[in-house]
Amino acid sequence: MSHLTDLPLWAAIPVCILLLVGSIITLIGSIGLLRLNNFYSRLHAPTLGASAGVVLISLASMLCFAVLQNRWIFHEVLIVVFIILTTPVTLMLLGQSALYRDRIEGTHDVPLKEKPVPTPTGTDPD
Amino acid sequence: MRYWFPYPLLSFALMLFWLLINQSLSPAQILLGAALGISHAWLMVNLRPTKTHMKKAWLVGRLMATVVIDVAKSNIMVMGVILRRRNRPVNSGFVPIHLTLRDENALAILACILTATPGSAWLEFDSQTQVLLLHVLDIENGTAWAELIRTRYEAPLKELFE
Repeated sequence: MSHLTDLPLWAAIPVCILLLVGSIITLIGSIGLLRLNNFYSRLHAPTLGASAGVVLISLASMLCFAVLQNRWIFHEVLIVVFIILTTPVTLMLLGQSALYRDRIEGTHDVPLKEKPVPTPTGTDPD
Repeated sequence: MRYWFPYPLLSFALMLFWLLINQSLSPAQILLGAALGISHAWLMVNLRPTKTHMKKAWLVGRLMATVVIDVAKSNIMVMGVILRRRNRPVNSGFVPIHLTLRDENALAILACILTATPGSAWLEFDSQTQVLLLHVLDIENGTAWAELIRTRYEAPLKELFE
C-alpha cells in the first residue's frame, strides 16, 4: 500500500479542494439542523450532506486512490447510488410520522388528508 | 427466455454491482456475478414487483442531466437559506401536487429525485387521489413549484415509462 504523502501536488490540490468543499457543505447541512425552526424545514438540511457532500467526498476519494494506486477506481459510485436509493425511505418515514402527529395534535397548520373515495370493500387496495 | 431470465436488467445491474465491489473484470468474477444476478432475479419473482418497460431509454441521459443541474442549484439555494441571518425567517410550506403518473417504479424514481434535491421533501403520496404532498423549504409560489415538478420531472418520466 502506498502512503498519502506519495500523492503528487497536481493531484493533492483537487483532492483537498473536493474534500474541503464536500465537508463544508455537510457541515452547513448539520448547522441547518440547529438553525431551522420547524421539523419539516429541518428535514431538508441533512440532504445537503446526502447529495453534494457525498458526491464531492466520493470524487475526492476516487481521484486520490486512483492516482496512488495508478488504476481506475469506480466503486465509490456505489456509495452515491445506495445513499440516493435509501434516503427517501428514512425521509418519508420521518415525514409521515411527523404529519401523523401534527394532524392529531392540530399544530403547525398541516394540510389535512383529502378523504379518499370509499371503495366497495371499504379497505385500502394497497 | 423470460422463464429463465425474469428480470434481465436487474440481473445485469447486480452483476455490475458485484464487479464494482470486487474491482475486477476477471472471467471468474464475471461468471460469479452473472450467477448471482440471475439467481437473485429468481428470488425477485416471489416478491412480484410491478413490471415496467422503458420505452425510450435514450431519454435517461437527458433526465439525469436535468437532475444533476437542479440538485446543484438547490444545494446552493439551501445553503443560502441556512446561512442567512435569523431576522429574515424562512418562508417554507406545503405544496400539494396532483400527479398523473401511475407507474410505481416511475413514482419511486420521482421520489428519489425529489428527496435528493435538498429544497424539496416528499412527505406523502395518496395513490387513490393521486395527490403528492411536498414540503418546500424556500417557497415563493406554490403553483410555480407544482408546475416545475410537472414539466421538469413528471413529463420526462411519463415519456420514459408510459
